[in-house]
Amino acid sequence: MTKFQETASSLSAENISVWFGERQVLQDVSLTFPANKVTALIGPSGCGKSTFLRTLNRMHELIPSAGLAGSVLLDGQDIYDPKMNAVDVRIKIGMVFQKPNPFPTMSIRENVISGLKLSGRKNANPDELVETSLRRASIWNEVKDRLNDQALSLSGGQQQRLCIARSLAMDPRVLLMDEPCSALDPGSTRRIEETIQELSESMTIVIVTHNMQQAQRVSDQTAFFLADDNVPGGVVEFGETEQVFNQPIDSRTNDYVNGHFG
Amino acid sequence: MPNRQVDIQPERRKLSVGPLSTGDKWFFRTTTIASNFAFILVALILVFLFAKAWPAIQQQGPAFIYGNTWDVESDPPVMQLGPMIWGSLQVAFLGILIATPMAISAAYAIVFMLPQRLAKIATTLIDLLAALPSVVIGLWGLLSFAPVAANWAKLLNQTLGFIPLFQITGDEPTYIDSPFIAGWIVAVMIVPIITSVTREIFSQTDSGLINGALALGGSRFSVFSRVILPTSAPGIVGGILLGLGRAIGETVAILYVLQLTFDINWYQILEPHGGAVASWILSRFGEATEKEFEGLMAAGLVIFIVTLIINGLANVIVSRAAGRNR
Repeated sequence: MTKFQETASSLSAENISVWFGERQVLQDVSLTFPANKVTALIGPSGCGKSTFLRTLNRMHELIPSAGLAGSVLLDGQDIYDPKMNAVDVRIKIGMVFQKPNPFPTMSIRENVISGLKLSGRKNANPDELVETSLRRASIWNEVKDRLNDQALSLSGGQQQRLCIARSLAMDPRVLLMDEPCSALDPGSTRRIEETIQELSESMTIVIVTHNMQQAQRVSDQTAFFLADDNVPGGVVEFGETEQVFNQPIDSRTNDYVNGHFG
Repeated sequence: MPNRQVDIQPERRKLSVGPLSTGDKWFFRTTTIASNFAFILVALILVFLFAKAWPAIQQQGPAFIYGNTWDVESDPPVMQLGPMIWGSLQVAFLGILIATPMAISAAYAIVFMLPQRLAKIATTLIDLLAALPSVVIGLWGLLSFAPVAANWAKLLNQTLGFIPLFQITGDEPTYIDSPFIAGWIVAVMIVPIITSVTREIFSQTDSGLINGALALGGSRFSVFSRVILPTSAPGIVGGILLGLGRAIGETVAILYVLQLTFDINWYQILEPHGGAVASWILSRFGEATEKEFEGLMAAGLVIFIVTLIINGLANVIVSRAAGRNR
């Protein structure tokens, strides 16, 4: 079997502030993501949690008017250091998006190894890589007999797990997930949550979710983001998931997790 | 659960899809007439051409398409279009070959790279190019462009002359009046069409795919070549075919920059020696006898049918591509 490194990395964001043009959307966010932990980012729409997620693997800078202050440390190294290559960063810190986005012109197999082609990396045994990655995303049994079918022939939930497999094929140390289940049915959602649990044994996971139950089911720690009119988003409360949901310190957290707003 | 009664046919009600008011009725009628008018016009042109061309087609037989001679002095006149038909295809193909990379690059820059204001300016300028009358482009080609392109032709001949494509048989080559130069002129004329279609297709690319590819470590070029281009390919092919339709029908501009000769030039594109059906019609039209007129009508019919087929193909491909993206 293809050797995957079984070591996760720790990630920490220090004093992150974000602008789009002149508009500031995040103010001074500092969060630590210890190795092998699952962290949930929750908060109402527009509070900046997805934007924050995109700063963690340098996807943020692809938006033309984007601005940033602060630093993101991957095992102590600043990913925004001029000496760091953005491609290396994005390979080490994988990302799964809200809407499943398999490449429509590629087969299932080609999708899994598309990261190799896109980043110009080589793998000695792509067939093994395909199988291992699909197994880790727990979709191997469903697709092993149809690897050459178009990726769009899969159901939405399968497509999303294919996208997870595609990220895993690059052997990331950290996996960022931006509401990965919001477009999926409950059955598919449950399977992806199980996959998250399994993956956390070998990597660090940060997941943005609107679903309170999901945050409680999958995460070890939770950060609650909040923004107001004319006030950029920030973290109101950050702690163990158990504590954030059951004994929140801030009254706004209490209101949000109990469904009083948002 | 009670048994479903399937043997009783419910009575169907009449559902109205007609116009909702008098104004609506007139709108409906006007658009119907207008759309049918275009259809009828095309059919009438086809019938007209066919009627005028029939005597010549009958007299010349299939050699009209592949023969090598145009001699209207003899009796009966010999009118064979082979070199012009081959020349049209040759020039159009060269034009496509030159225009496609330019158009794709321009469309990529406009959609994915330029700031919005610059993109708008570039789009307007390229569209303006399409609005230039072809006689203007022809004159520009003759007076300004051909002397410059002659240097490129010379360079090609001197460095790559061992390839048959770039060979020249004559002793004192001028490097002008060649299919090569005509190809460039046609390229200038079809770049706007291909750019405009490609721009539209590129701008419909799902940004989720692009983000996904970038997050996997893609570079600008790998995302373009492995994700954007493959998903856009059918639409771009449609745009190229639309360009091809115009290239085949191009007349005046080519007449200025290409030596029309009734001796087929299969591949030596730097020779002052080529053909183009539409340009041939134009160059002969003024002094044509009645017999030759019929032959020229038959030539027109050939172009008309080829263009119709290409445009039809383009429409099918473009609409399929649009359907798939949705």
